[in-house]
Parts: sequence; C-alpha cells; structure tokens
Amino acid sequence: MTSSNTRVSSTATPTAEPRTRIRRRRLSHRRTGWSTLLWVLPALTVYGVFVLYPLVQTINYSFYKWDGIGAATPDGFANYQNVFTQSALYVSILNSFVLIVFFTVIPVTLGLVSAVLMRELKGRGAGTLVRTLLFLPEVIPLAGAAIAWTWMYSPNGVINQALRAVGLTSDQHAWLGDFSTALPAVGIIGTWVVTGFCTVLLLVGIAKIDQSLFEAARLDGAGRWAEFRAITLPELRRELVVCVTVTIIAALASFDVVYISTQGGPGYSTMVPGLEIYQLTFIKQQVGQASALAVVLVALVLIIVVPIQRLGRER
Amino acid sequence: MAETVSARATRILILAVLIVFTVLPLLSMITTALQKQGTFPSGLSFPVHPQWHNFVDAWNAADFLALLKSSTLIVLGVVPAAVLFSTLAGFGLATSRLPGRSVIYGLFILGLTLPAEALVSPLYYELQGMGLLNSRWALILPLLGLFMPFGVFWMRAAFQALPAELSEAAEIDGASSWQMFRRVKLPLVLPSLSSLTILFFLWTWNQFLLVIVLINNPADGNMAGALATFQGEHGTNVVLLCAGSLIIMAPSLLIFFMFQRQFVRALLQGAIK
Repeated sequence: MTSSNTRVSSTATPTAEPRTRIRRRRLSHRRTGWSTLLWVLPALTVYGVFVLYPLVQTINYSFYKWDGIGAATPDGFANYQNVFTQSALYVSILNSFVLIVFFTVIPVTLGLVSAVLMRELKGRGAGTLVRTLLFLPEVIPLAGAAIAWTWMYSPNGVINQALRAVGLTSDQHAWLGDFSTALPAVGIIGTWVVTGFCTVLLLVGIAKIDQSLFEAARLDGAGRWAEFRAITLPELRRELVVCVTVTIIAALASFDVVYISTQGGPGYSTMVPGLEIYQLTFIKQQVGQASALAVVLVALVLIIVVPIQRLGRER
Repeated sequence: MAETVSARATRILILAVLIVFTVLPLLSMITTALQKQGTFPSGLSFPVHPQWHNFVDAWNAADFLALLKSSTLIVLGVVPAAVLFSTLAGFGLATSRLPGRSVIYGLFILGLTLPAEALVSPLYYELQGMGLLNSRWALILPLLGLFMPFGVFWMRAAFQALPAELSEAAEIDGASSWQMFRRVKLPLVLPSLSSLTILFFLWTWNQFLLVIVLINNPADGNMAGALATFQGEHGTNVVLLCAGSLIIMAPSLLIFFMFQRQFVRALLQGAIK
C-alpha cells in the first residue's frame, strides 16, 4: 500500500498537463480499489475471527494429542492414521455415505419422478398450498423433525401401527433401537426433510423449460423416455446439481437428527462424523483426534462437492 | 382424452402420497399432544377428549417466554448485522478494482461448503478465552462469521446482475462510491436483500450444533436447542413431549405461514444461485 502511494506521488509532479490527468485518473482508480477493503472489512473480520481462525486451529490441533485441558503433545499423523484404521472412527464416515442414499439418491429420484409426472398439473391455488405443505419440513428445526420421527418409530408409533393395521407384523418393533434398522430409519428422517424441497425446486425448474422443446420432440415422435433423456434431464442440470450438492453436504455433515434420535447408537450403528467430532471433543476429551476427523470431513465434502459443481457449469 | 384423465389421476396420486408422507409425522404429534397425560397412546389416535391444557403445561415446562425472548435477542444480534456486512462486502467485491479481490472472494467461497462441525472445538476454546462461553454472544458472533460466505456470495451476485450502464452513468455524474451504493444500487437489490434476511433468520432460529456446544443454560439458547433440552427432560412423557415440541416449533410455523410466499421464494432462489 505505502509503496504504491509513494510511487504515484513521486512521479506525479506537475509537468505536462495530459500526463497529470492520466496520473490523477489512475490515482482515483487506485483509491476505489483500496477502499474495497473498507467495504469488505466487517465481513472479513467476523469471518476471519470466527471461521478462518478456528479452521486453522482445527488443522493445527489435528497433529497433537490433547485432552483439552493439559499440555498438548505433538503426535504427527497418528490422529489421521486412526481415522482410517480404528473402526469406531471410520464407521462414522461409512455411515454418512449410507446416509447419502437417503438424503440424496432417494429424494432426488423421487423429486424428479414426481416433478416430471406433475409437469402438466396446473392450477395456481392448489400449487401454492402444495408448495407450502411440501416446504414444511424444510422450515421447522431439524431437531423437531427428529423428535416427531422418533415418536413415529417408537413401539407405539405410527409405523408399527400402520404395519399392524395391514397385518404385516404384530410385534412392536423399536426401529431406532435395532442394529439393522436404525441407520435406514435415521436416513428416512433425512428423506422426509429434503424430498419436498427437491420436488418443488425441480418442479419450478421444469416449468421454466421452453414448452416448444417438448412439442418439437413430440412431433419427431419421441417417446416419454426419449423426451426425458433428451430434454428434461439436461435442462434441469442446474437444479439437479443444486439438489445433489445441498443434500450431500446435509448427509455428510449431519448432526441434529442423529443427536436427537439415536445419539449414534445402538453401538456405533448410526454414528456420523459430526456427532463423533462432538463426542470426541466434549465427552472423550480427545481434541486432536476430533480435529483430524473434522479435517477429513472437510476434505471429503470438498472432494465430492467440487466435481459435482463443475458438472453443473460444463456445457 | 382417456390418457389425460389417467395421467391426471397419476399426478394427483403422487401429490397425495407426497403430502401424506410430509404431514403424517406432524399430524401424529398433534393427535398425541392432545391425549391424556400419563397414558400411552398410539401414534395416530383421534383425541376423543382433547386435553388442550397439555399445551399450557408444556408452555410452563419449557419456560416458553424466556425461550422466545432469548431466540429473539439472538436473531436481533445476528440477522441485521449479517445482512449489513454481506451487503457491504458484496458491493465492494462486485464493483472493486482492487488487485487480489478474487483472492478475498475465494476466501469467502472456501467457507461455502464448510461444515460447522469442523470449527466447534476451536470455537469452544476461543470463546472460552474471550470469556463469552455460555452467553448469547457465543452464538451471535460465530453465526455472523458462518453466514458470511453465503451472504457475500449472494449479495455480490445481486450487485453484479445490475446493468453496468448504471454505474457508468452515476460515475459520470460524479457520484462517490457511497452515493452509488446508497442511492443507485441498494434500492435495486432489495429483493435479494429480503430473501437473504429470511434465510439468515431461518438458519439462526434453527441453529442446533452451536447451541448444544456453546450454551449451557437453555434460557440463553434458541428454540432448536430448547427442543433437545425438552426431549431430555420429558422424553418419557410422550404426550408432554409432543405438546412441548409443537409449542417450541410454533413460532417457526407461524412466521412461515405468514410469509410463506417470501419463504418459498427465498429458499428456491437461495438454492439456485
């Protein structure tokens, strides 16, 4: 900053008229340039102090063995080694991949199918009401969704009640308490939260597609499947990328729903990285280990999300 | 004709299934909340003698007014400042000629996909060092920081979408950058700004992880955190749990129904950009 100022003032001695004018112009440009910092400063300060600094600290902690109270001892890459070799840690990552099926694959497929089938369903009044209802899960706190579903899954809850009503079962299955059903059950809570959102987003996207494209395809004798592959899917690329990105992050970084519904149990069957980081830091007092897992989580999100974003921009 | 009738039926069926799936858990909560306390009702059972006073009990058990006050204070601490900071930075970065502005912008973008879990441990010790742990500031300040990536990204896009002739014309008139901001451009990005306000409100109101980690006393936290407390204290009394959860979620629902158009628009735009 200082060097550029001195350079400008030393060369801008009043010699030839046009030259000063050029200098002055450049000076004013430079002033608007540096004043950017003033505009950005408040945002950059809170972001730096409460996001970037902690992020650097997380990376820093991850190379230490630290109980959060006493002295930290350097530990090299041991914490990272543990993430990939100790089943209690890598299971949480594997579980979060399973959650992607329920948070992303099922909702996006369901949303896409419903949006395509509803394409021609018009009627504004009903549309608004439907949108509002489908958005409800997106608006209430995830913790509330988890409480509602914990009750749904309980022995007396709606799921067992419905299964009994159609004669499929007579027992009172505790869906969240069983090793084999707990993770899918937690996943379906995620499905519930995001399906409506994905559907409405894709519906809005489909409504924006030029109708003449469909008409042209029909004139060419294209069937429904061909029409879907040639027009709907490519035209919805942006919306699809958004749905997939948002929901994958929600799956990998899930915390609220698991915290309320299962606390990671039974055993580690529904443990996810977010909850494991929390428990490692505040219950098991392994801050270094928690930080290494956090860094791996950040890296995973980036590795998965960045290529998907690229996909949305291409073509 | 026959095909369109069946196609229409399919669509209505799909919608109906989606809506039942969406509404069922909430309906189960409502019917349960109206049962007699101390009983063990089924998930979905019509309340023959609806016990409305359950909601009064839940209101008292949750100390609802204290919660509402605390949540409101947190929102007031976060949302206006977050919107202001995002708008200033968005304008600065959209109109800047500063060399290296893309580095600053990239720094913000870096935070877009950052899970808050990656920050909670250091945040805890940082706020402890500042003496802010267990105060509302322990939520307000980190939330401000966490909202910046999206806010800056969002407002920068809004300012960039404005036609370039606008700034050229204003520049010729000799407008300073503050005048350009305040008089020319700010009024034009108000729709983006109001959507951003709604999103920030929602994210603050529903923030869960930070409340669990950084706040001890639920009366200093927000509604989402209060749900965990309430579940912890009344988890065995399912009737009261449902009534309490509904009461704690009521403000979100109320505000959503009041501003549903704006909410839906904000959430859709927020996703697309």
